[in-house]
Amino acid sequence: MAQQPHSHDAAQGEEHIHIVSPKIYLAILLALLVLTATTVGVSYIDMGILNPVVALAIACIKMMLVVLFFMHVKYSPKLTKLTVISGIFIFLGLISMTLADYISRAWGSW
Amino acid sequence: MTHGDLAKSGEASHMEHPSYQRHHFESVAQQFDATNFAMWLFLLTEIMFFGGLFTAYLIMRNWYYPAFVEASHQLSIFWGTANTTVLILSSFTMAMGVWSAQMRRKGMLLLFLGLTFFLGLVFLGIKGIEWHEKWEKYHVPGIRYSIQDFTNPAADPEVHSQYPDDKPLGLDMANKTEMYFFLYFAMTGMHALHMVIGIAILAFMIVRARADAYTQGHVTFVENFGLYWHFVDIIWIFLFPLLYLISRHQ
Repeated sequence: MAQQPHSHDAAQGEEHIHIVSPKIYLAILLALLVLTATTVGVSYIDMGILNPVVALAIACIKMMLVVLFFMHVKYSPKLTKLTVISGIFIFLGLISMTLADYISRAWGSW
Repeated sequence: MTHGDLAKSGEASHMEHPSYQRHHFESVAQQFDATNFAMWLFLLTEIMFFGGLFTAYLIMRNWYYPAFVEASHQLSIFWGTANTTVLILSSFTMAMGVWSAQMRRKGMLLLFLGLTFFLGLVFLGIKGIEWHEKWEKYHVPGIRYSIQDFTNPAADPEVHSQYPDDKPLGLDMANKTEMYFFLYFAMTGMHALHMVIGIAILAFMIVRARADAYTQGHVTFVENFGLYWHFVDIIWIFLFPLLYLISRHQ
């Protein structure tokens, strides 16, 4: 799991902890603010069925920026990346299964 | 074997390690990785926790679509956008706090933790303003609820001028607007509770940071709290469009 052999120089224990530069944080902040303005602006346009789709797509992009950079997942060990992906996968599976249940009920409001 | 035994026997097999490295870890890096992984596992449980509410919202919105559309028009896009901006800024200041701890810059760490704390309070203040408005307008389900704004939209000029196409709802559908507000308070309330917990932990961290706890190389607590804070931000990043933005048009 560790990206390097274990360190004998424990005082330097963070050497595989990548320190992300504030410049990157600033760039991500600006991107997030622009995306927020976009999602609000786009909500004023009537695109019918696409409104929720676009809103959720933008939200997903914002989420990926926060996860990868603010939460350091881009610079994290593979186990972390696997954990995040499996979390998202299970969540989507839970929603799908729940929807499958409700949609297939004969008495349902659908 | 205890620390004392090894010292007495003169064994050099016990490596020097910082005081904050626990004995069941080989290195500080491994300790950091293990704690980070554990934090992520906790965040996965939180995804499931909020996920249930999101799924309920998804299903109910499909069942009672007209009610949910009209009910969502009662929310203020202005305050919602303000809150989103506040939280995104607080995520930035939190990330900068982690950086400050990694760079062992105590002054900057205190500044950024303080800013994050302040922005968290601003968010809660705005939430309070929004919730107060709901109370005033009789949109608190179960306790103080009236469907009048939905059976007769013209009676609410402020909202009606923004959404003139909203038709009066029939009685059955108008009653379903209470479901929307139930989910609104459940989701934003659960999110606000997470904010309160986060703010309390921030206060604790500010006190500890002043005592140099995080600027001597042991940044794990700050980093893992950062994960929590960013996660709460992500929840809001989804709550905002789903509650406020997607139903602006019929």
